[in-house]
Parts: sequence; structure tokens; C-alpha cells
Amino acid sequence: MAESILKVDGIIKSFGSVQVLKNISFTLEKGQVLAIIGSSGSGKTTLLRCLNFLETPDGGTITVDGKLLIDGAEHKKMTDSEIRANRLHFGLVFQSFNLFPQYTAFHNITLAPTLALKDEIKSKGLKGKAAIDYKAERMSQIESDALALLERVGLSEKRDSYPCELSGGQCQRVAIARALAMTPDILCFDEPTSALDPELTGEVLNVIRGLKSKDTTMVVVTHEMEFARGVADKVIFMANGVIEEEGTAEELFLNPKSPNLRAFLNKAKNK
Amino acid sequence: MSFGEITLDLLQNFAQNGLIFLLTLLGAIPLGLIITFGSMSKFVPLKYLTKTFVWVIRGTPLVLQLFVVMYVPGLVFNTPMSSRITAVLIAFIINYAAYFSEIYRGGIESIPKGQYEAGQVLGMTKRQIFTRIVLFQVVKRIVPPMGNEIITLVKDTSLARVIAYSEIIMAAERYTSKGLIWPLFYTAVFFLVFVGVLTLLFGYIEKKLDYYKG
Ligand SMILES: Nc1ncnc2c1ncn2[C@@H]1O[C@H](COP(=O)(O)OP(=O)(O)OP(=O)(O)O)[C@@H](O)[C@H]1O
Ligand SMILES: [Mg+2]
Repeated sequence: MAESILKVDGIIKSFGSVQVLKNISFTLEKGQVLAIIGSSGSGKTTLLRCLNFLETPDGGTITVDGKLLIDGAEHKKMTDSEIRANRLHFGLVFQSFNLFPQYTAFHNITLAPTLALKDEIKSKGLKGKAAIDYKAERMSQIESDALALLERVGLSEKRDSYPCELSGGQCQRVAIARALAMTPDILCFDEPTSALDPELTGEVLNVIRGLKSKDTTMVVVTHEMEFARGVADKVIFMANGVIEEEGTAEELFLNPKSPNLRAFLNKAKNK
Repeated sequence: MSFGEITLDLLQNFAQNGLIFLLTLLGAIPLGLIITFGSMSKFVPLKYLTKTFVWVIRGTPLVLQLFVVMYVPGLVFNTPMSSRITAVLIAFIINYAAYFSEIYRGGIESIPKGQYEAGQVLGMTKRQIFTRIVLFQVVKRIVPPMGNEIITLVKDTSLARVIAYSEIIMAAERYTSKGLIWPLFYTAVFFLVFVGVLTLLFGYIEKKLDYYKG
């Protein structure tokens, strides 16, 4: 079997004296969807933030495709550009969308690739006509990719709308397209539907379901148990900063072993 | 003297108010940004030094600052101020930069953390996040308070007369001492017209920036 695309080993993270992640380890194969469930405060968001370099773990390693990206024990500080290069293996869709309000849906999607292109041209040392030609060629690629992404999330006709003109569900779909535009190896979602009205969660969950393919690896923190059960190849139940139970969706949902998970699932069912 | 002659005289002196206004803005808008970066610095001594500076400038009257800039160099360091306009501009630019810096800081701090994080996870540099994402949102938010402060500056320019720099109120007072009182009240018209134009301008800018909410 090929090497796992994502290997998380022994991640530890404290805020002050409180240890929020206590030795988190798991692996994920390419094209799999991992659902992370667990009660409030169990450390799910913190884990995703560590994967995306928004928090630095105090210990443990994160390896993507055989490449060691983070070694928490290694106290040598990474440079800004190392961090930027490494974090592009991951994408993150936030609970609260965090779209850029001053840009249209289309421009929200193209902004980061365009800036990356500028950096690329600079670092390649392209000048004059070569730079202009290369830029024109890549820009038209970026723009057609963005249109394709808008279509994929079902928002082609909203390309020129500003976030304030979109519903919450539409905003989140744009945010998904924006994250996909940077072609991450692993796309993370932090409760992508928690900020939405109940009638809007369906459209977002459908888009995420639609992303599932042999090339798209996803980590989804969610409170939508039905969704997790339907889409996840693998489920992790977190409690108080540890992985209390992990396995296939079948195993965890039909045959929960730990009393905590049983209580959690019962509570979720009765909501 | 005729109404026309007095109007012309006042207008010429009002040009000095306009000059102070313009040069103060040119100096204080960028200097304020530097002070903002100081007061938001992660280097604690710099942060507190800057905050103390802002406290002193905002905590004392501009009139007093004008006196200090005008007379302290001569009295204490034996190097008198080269000209009155220099003293006026130094005092005004520093004073307004301190106020602007607080407006900028408020604007920058009001941008949600999520905007920075969204830029970060998309691989943007700190500079790109500031110039492409945050700056525009800050500008939109600070236009109304900046408008207020800039309108206050129009009226403050007449404080230059306390160090005998001739401007419109001082010119009008010369008529008063000759027994002619109305030119003093007449100066209000000049201020009102200037402020009226600025109010329209800021209204226009606000409307331009209002193409999105939030
Ligand atoms: N920046 C921070 N500083 C201090 N404590 C923090 C910080 N971020 C998170 N915590 C704490 O870490 C713990 C785990 O938080 P986290 O947000 O990861 O939980 P979660 O599982 O995502 O919960 P929820 O389901 O409510 O989103 C909580 O007790 C929280 O108070
Ligand atoms: Mg959370």
C-alpha cells in the first residue's frame, strides 16, 4: 500500500497551563474523507488550526505525502516563506466563511492564485515580455479555473455578487471554491454549516459530498451526524483533547464502544 | 475700507489657514500611520513609548503645544525657531498625527481576526494580507471619523495666531482694534464654506465606498 497522504503523530498543544490536544495521532489515505466529531471544547478546531499552521503544536509531527511539514519538538522557527509553502498543502474552510467583503465572489476565488502568480514570476526572475506573456497565459488559466469552481459549487450566476449580497449558504460555497482554487492536498472544514440557518445546511453539505473523489482528501469537523455517516470513510471521536475512538463510519455510529461516544451520539440523536 | 477690500484681505489671510490645513494633512496622515505601527508593535518598550507619546499629545492643549514648539528650542537649547510657519506645522502635524494614529488603530483592530486567517491559509504574505485585504476595509471604516477630525482641523488652523502667525481671525482682529467689529464675525462665512465643501467631499467618498456592506 502506498504511503498515507496525511500522517499526524503525537500532536500536543497547550494554551497556557491547559493542555487542549494530548497526543493526537492518525493517518489518512488519499481520496478519503475523515470526519471529526466530539463535544464542544474537545479540541477539534485546535487540531485543524494546527494542520493549517494557524497554531504551532508544542510537540508531534505532521507529514504530508512523505514530507515532514511540522515538527513540534523542533524549536527552530520556520521562516515565513517556509510556513507559507508548507501550509498550501492544506486548505481550510471556516465556520464563519471569512470571505473578503470588498471583492466579488469571482475575485475572492482568484485573489490568492493571482498573488501567488506574482510571487512566482518574481522568483523565476521573469522580466519584460516573457513575464507579460507568462502572466497572461496563467491569468486566463486562473480565471477559467475560477469559473469552473463557481460552477462546481453551483454559483455561476453569482460571480459578480459581493458577499453581502449572498446568503450564508452561498457564502460558504464561495469559500469552498476559494479554498479549492489553491489546489490543496487536503481540504479541511471546521463546522462548515454551524453558522447557517437549518434550511441552508443542505446545499453546503451537498457541495462537500460532491467533492468526494479519489483525488480529494478531506477532513471535516462536523456536528451533522447523518452527513458524517454518509460521507466519511473514517471517523474520529474526540473528547478532552484525545482521540477516544476511531474507525469506519459503520463502526462508530452502529457500534460505539466508549460510553462517552454513546452518550454523545444519543444526545445528537435527540436534538 | 470697502466690503470688497475687507473680503479680499480676509481671503488672503484665509489662504494661510488653507496652507496650514493642507500641509498638516500631508504630514499627519503618513506620520499617524507610523505612530499606529509603533503603538501596535509587539516590541513592548516601543509600544509603551508610543502610547505615552500619544497620551501626552492628546492630553495637552494644542495651544500649549504651539507655545512649546515656538519658544522651547530658543529658551532651552539656544536655537530659536527659524520661522513661525515651521513651528505651526510641527505642532499641528504632531498633534493631528497622534489623533489620526488612534483612528487608524481603532480601524485596524476592528477588522476581524478571520480576515487575516483567511489570507494566511491561502498562502498570502503579511504584506499582501495588509495591502489586499485589510487596508481597504480599514479605509472604509475610518472615513467617517477621519472626516470629523479633518473638519476640526479646519477650525483649529486659526490657533496659529497664538504665536503671532497671521491667519484669518488675526487679520479680522486687526479691524476690531480699529473699531470695526463685523469682519470678525464675517470670518465664519469662510470657515462654513470650506467645511461645507469638505462635508460634501466626505459624503461622496463614503458613498463610493458603500458598494458593499460590512
Ligand atoms: N487561543 C486560545 N487560547 C486559549 N484557549 C483556547 C484557545 N483556543 C481554544 N482554546 C481552548 O481550547 C479548548 C478546545 O477548543 P477548540 O476550539 O479546539 O474546541 P472544539 O472542539 O472546536 O469545540 P467546538 O465544538 O465548540 O467548536 C477549549 O477549552 C478552548 O477554550
Ligand atoms: Mg470548534
